[in-house]
Amino acid sequence: MLMFYVLAGVCLGSAMMVITRRNPVHAALFLVLAFFCVAGIYVILSAEFLAAVQILVYAGGILVLFLFVIMLVPLEPEGSRPPVRTARNIAFSMLGVLLLAGVLFTFFREAEPSGQPGTAALLAHGGNIEAVGMELYRRYLLPFEIASILLLVAMIGAVVLARRQV
Amino acid sequence: MVIPHTHLLAFSLVLFVIGIVGVLTRRNAIIVLMGIELMLNAANINFVAFSRMHGDLAGQIFAIFNIVIAAGEVAVGLAILIALYRNKDTINVDEINIMKG
Repeated sequence: MLMFYVLAGVCLGSAMMVITRRNPVHAALFLVLAFFCVAGIYVILSAEFLAAVQILVYAGGILVLFLFVIMLVPLEPEGSRPPVRTARNIAFSMLGVLLLAGVLFTFFREAEPSGQPGTAALLAHGGNIEAVGMELYRRYLLPFEIASILLLVAMIGAVVLARRQV
Repeated sequence: MVIPHTHLLAFSLVLFVIGIVGVLTRRNAIIVLMGIELMLNAANINFVAFSRMHGDLAGQIFAIFNIVIAAGEVAVGLAILIALYRNKDTINVDEINIMKG
């Protein structure tokens, strides 16, 4: 219970750092911290398989991709930085706060749903990983295969786009 | 102890808004992509929270597919950034205006 609030706080804090840091490398490192916290929250929610996938794909794959591109694209020189668009930034941030306030208001006005969480179904014999595997390879087999085709297309697209002569 | 669902949803909402503000306010296209990742993560937390709320695994399965989509999106997005940098010598989204947006 307390663990959730700690993880959520660290996650939100590092997410704030991601969007405020000047240096993209620092932003990427805070991003991976946020992803780890989200993985911890998945564990608390008894979605262990998803937590493992989160760490493998985000921390293992996506972060490395980000860091590679940050290394390939040189940082902007500090001196030639145009003035910060303060007015526009504040306007967009206010827009974000407004959206936040609106949605928070709507769902804290609603009562907590009375239905008890059916964790029994999620933790059915063999635990979460077995249950997810059964669902994934039986009921969701076709979407699973389509996802693999999507990944193949994305890979080919990335290679074609990043080639020297486009 | 059970975490109230409203707290989970509020957490994912705040994460989503942080992502939106990052996408709207930053000029470095790499950080804009990071904001999109934060928003996708917030959506995944919502899926898992609702999956727990209804005792149905479909939400977790959908979150897995969402992670697949996010991986593909990042690969293609970063490839576009590299192509853009090669052609325009910048990844500042304010200076990339060839489509007059």
